[in-house]
Amino acid sequence: MLNRAFIKIVLFWAAFALATFAHAELRIEVSKGADNATPIAVVPFAWESGGRASDEISTIISADLYRSGMFKPLARSDMLSWPTRADQVFFRDWKALGMEYLVIGRWSNAGGKYTASFEIFDVLAGRTMKSATASASNPRWLAHYTADLIFEALTGIKGAFATRLLYVTMERHGPRNQRYRLLVSDSDGYNEKVIRDSKEPILSPSWAPNGRHITYVAFQHSHPGIYIQDTMTGSAQRITSFPGLNGAPRFSPDGQKLALTLSKDGNPEIYVVDTRTRALQRVTSHFAIDTEANWSPDGGSLIYTSDRSGGPQIYRQSLATGAVERLTFDGNYNARASMTPDGRFLAMVHQDSGGFQIAVQDLERGSFNVLTDTPLDESPSIAPNGTMVIYATLERGRGVLGVVSIDGRVKVRLPSSVGEVREPAWSPFMF
Amino acid sequence: MSIFNRGHLFGLIAAVAIAGCSSSAEDTTAVDEGAGTAVVAPVTSTTDTGASTSSILSQRVVYFDFDKSAVRADAYEILQAHAQYLSSHAGARIRIEGHADERGTREYNMALGERRAKAVQSFLNANGAGAGQLEVVSYGEENPIALGHDEASWAQNRRSELVYTSEAP
Repeated sequence: MLNRAFIKIVLFWAAFALATFAHAELRIEVSKGADNATPIAVVPFAWESGGRASDEISTIISADLYRSGMFKPLARSDMLSWPTRADQVFFRDWKALGMEYLVIGRWSNAGGKYTASFEIFDVLAGRTMKSATASASNPRWLAHYTADLIFEALTGIKGAFATRLLYVTMERHGPRNQRYRLLVSDSDGYNEKVIRDSKEPILSPSWAPNGRHITYVAFQHSHPGIYIQDTMTGSAQRITSFPGLNGAPRFSPDGQKLALTLSKDGNPEIYVVDTRTRALQRVTSHFAIDTEANWSPDGGSLIYTSDRSGGPQIYRQSLATGAVERLTFDGNYNARASMTPDGRFLAMVHQDSGGFQIAVQDLERGSFNVLTDTPLDESPSIAPNGTMVIYATLERGRGVLGVVSIDGRVKVRLPSSVGEVREPAWSPFMF
Repeated sequence: MSIFNRGHLFGLIAAVAIAGCSSSAEDTTAVDEGAGTAVVAPVTSTTDTGASTSSILSQRVVYFDFDKSAVRADAYEILQAHAQYLSSHAGARIRIEGHADERGTREYNMALGERRAKAVQSFLNANGAGAGQLEVVSYGEENPIALGHDEASWAQNRRSELVYTSEAP
């Protein structure tokens, strides 16, 4: 009897702890979907292994598609039937529900490897568009990867759901009494894991191209240092801690170098450091502030923020020739730029006359587009497929994350219950 | 009799212990991050101009204009008093902290904060403080004094603080 009572208590606390933990994660709210979001039904997948399935992967897939803002998934309670094989599909039913696409599937677990087989149907044409199989080491990643394949089949663009986010939270307990945490989670905010926990500032996290190592700035004993850390083993190494600024580290596209900001020679300048030999190469020499360097996708040049013209603007400098070119002319404040993987667009923090917003400049056509309309937006980070930008914004005075499509048509909020969330960094593709 | 064997139960307890740790960590997050109201911590009084040197030395914050790092005229008197104190107390040391308001990007503000701290450093040097007595650090926008999202708060956060690390007056 005692034993059973104990189990009940344990179960109660387990449920409570899980609920609390889930509560700590980022929530998703689509604040502005595309006007013509595509109706799609993702039917619960049949579980083909023994026992009960640990997750309902169709729910995760639907949530991913919803979060893209490009799809309007049907709630499973509104479905007339739950087919799991092609011969069970009656297109008439799905047409009556206004669906354009239908996804059905089956999944199983063999020795810790989860596999899903699924079919995508074009409801209006009444035909199969795609049959595919996906595998992953856990159900949530299987769902995200499946969502990626569905997204790609329907849009022609590789999905970026099976990716991760890195971000910083800050809890303020009083003046000079703050707690910073560097966290990593799946792209939907689940599986949050603490990378570093400190009373001193942590900032500027970003990913190595291998999707496993990260770099960031952390203060220790009132002095900043630049670190590289392995997110799998947790082992960290300090790369620089020169007198003055040690800031804004970014991995080169080949993962061998970091671009960073140091003021050891008296003024904030951009350097490139070899992560193995630690050899330093100075890139800028100007009395202005030069910082926030980022690499062009080919690794041949750096784009960075400089106030050499009076206010901060974005410049591009060739690493081979040293030739410098100013890229931004709209507004009086443009900073922290990064390039889409195709090198076409530049996302940045922009101020014209009012607040600070996320803006995108088309480097081919020269057009400039302000994507957000909240007053204190910062830290844009581009999804590896180049379609979305995640950024930090304020919601009722509190720091939260937002996602906006590169064309500004879709906006998503990712509020969290943990302090201020800031400086999101979207990982490279993991598959 | 139980549906759980010993192994399961231990696994469950371990899971609860882990979850318990993370949830208790989350419990500390209930701070008043609330409605964006300004919580202003008064750091220094600037009302008693023409007061004695000792009260001037109790003033250890000077302010800057947006995206600027020039020492403002209203800071001269305070900084001159500290420079004098440093030149007459060879053992005194200060850490000059540079800060920015929350607007704009974090790393640019880190650089701006350093520029402000260095402007104060130059001023103190020029007024008699020894180079070895001064150390500079920028916190960018990481340590605001006022937590509001308005000009009144921002004006208080664009600042440089003099922190005595040895022989404070």
